[in-house]
Amino acid sequence: MTGPSPSRMLAGRHVYRVVSQLGTDLLVGHCWCGEERSAEDPIELWEWLLAHPETHDANSAAGAAGPPGDRLVRT
Amino acid sequence: MPTWSRNQWYVAAYSAEISHELFARTICGEPLVLYRTTGGDVVALEDRCVHRRYPLSKSHLIDDTIVCGYHGFTYDQCGTCLAAPGQKRIPRTARVPAFTIVEQDSLVWVWIGDNDRSDEALIPRAPWLDSPEYTVVRGMEPLQARYELLVDNLLDLSHETYLHGGYIGTPEVAQTPITTEVDEDAGVIYVSRHMDDAACPPFYAESTGITGRIARWQDIEYHPPCLYLLHSRIAPTGDLPADDGTDDHAFHVEVVYAITPETEHSTHDFWMVARDFALADQHVSDFLAENNRTVVLQDVVALDVLETIVEGEKEHYQELSINIDTGGLAARRLLKRQREAGEAAPEPTAATSTR
Ligand code: FES
Ligand SMILES: [Fe+2]
Ligand SMILES: [Zn+2]
Repeated sequence: MTGPSPSRMLAGRHVYRVVSQLGTDLLVGHCWCGEERSAEDPIELWEWLLAHPETHDANSAAGAAGPPGDRLVRT
Repeated sequence: MPTWSRNQWYVAAYSAEISHELFARTICGEPLVLYRTTGGDVVALEDRCVHRRYPLSKSHLIDDTIVCGYHGFTYDQCGTCLAAPGQKRIPRTARVPAFTIVEQDSLVWVWIGDNDRSDEALIPRAPWLDSPEYTVVRGMEPLQARYELLVDNLLDLSHETYLHGGYIGTPEVAQTPITTEVDEDAGVIYVSRHMDDAACPPFYAESTGITGRIARWQDIEYHPPCLYLLHSRIAPTGDLPADDGTDDHAFHVEVVYAITPETEHSTHDFWMVARDFALADQHVSDFLAENNRTVVLQDVVALDVLETIVEGEKEHYQELSINIDTGGLAARRLLKRQREAGEAAPEPTAATSTR
């Protein structure tokens, strides 16, 4: 957990993650399947992520658990 | 048509608000009367006598029954009518609805929906509100605005720079990029903003005693619809948590909001500030209570104005969303999903399924 872009906090199998890039207007969206894409408009990026697997499909369908979030209360 | 979700838990009150006295509060359009029994349990009934609708909250609590202040219908903790005046027979329909209550982490949670669908395990936790390792100050402000406006407000803290300058806002808040995560299965939204070299706003300078620049981390964890947690970490610049996760040099402030709809155009804005330092220092408690209340009221003024604008606008007014709204957009989506699930018939259990 350092720097302006903290490491992944939520531990579930189906976690979408959107990171804004320091010094740019770009957002990078990471689907839980492992695919990623950048965009400048959060609405467009959410549409792309949530359309999984229509807009993109990495071979994994099961999702990937992240590290346990160290302050997350609910499991 | 209300926009809140049914079949969800909402914070109805602080535990300390409910004693052996009748207490009225409207939650999600339901007027409730609450009281604590002599045994210590919290009871919530619809605040309306079945006879001629007299408010039970304006009636009498006698032992653990409510005696209607108009003609004396008497109700037990389950809302069952035990006595009606002047006759022995009690009509079979003489019962006021009772609500399912769970008291946890110093909060009184009420289930708004079908009682048989309530599940205590779904209530999100905020253990620091009721922990000897933290000191808590709290309050509740009435907001004349729909709850969604408060959700929008809390999910995007870049507004601190502009609306709360001089209290909790500094330029770095609006300038630091954020990371947003959504756990689809748990229904949790997480928004992180880690400022590693920031000015220390008066709210934290005064309470922690730090005079120089700080690392200021804001980690929002929103459990829609009601519970909002802001994990705030304050430390001198360069002071990071140890690799094993211990973080003894930093100051931790857990800011908690419970966002409870009252009506379609008003909200109970519960706010709490828990800290893990200066536990017995009354000056710090007073300072944080007064300043946080000031900040909350700055939001209340702004959101009350927004409500009148939203109510007056043409249908299909288009907003503009930018990067800072990534978390707020995610919250709106999960709230909509909850609303749809709350209206839908319960999923058939294995026993009743026809397949
Ligand atoms: S209204 Fe309550 S007893 Fe008549
Ligand atoms: Fe605010
Ligand atoms: Zn995907």
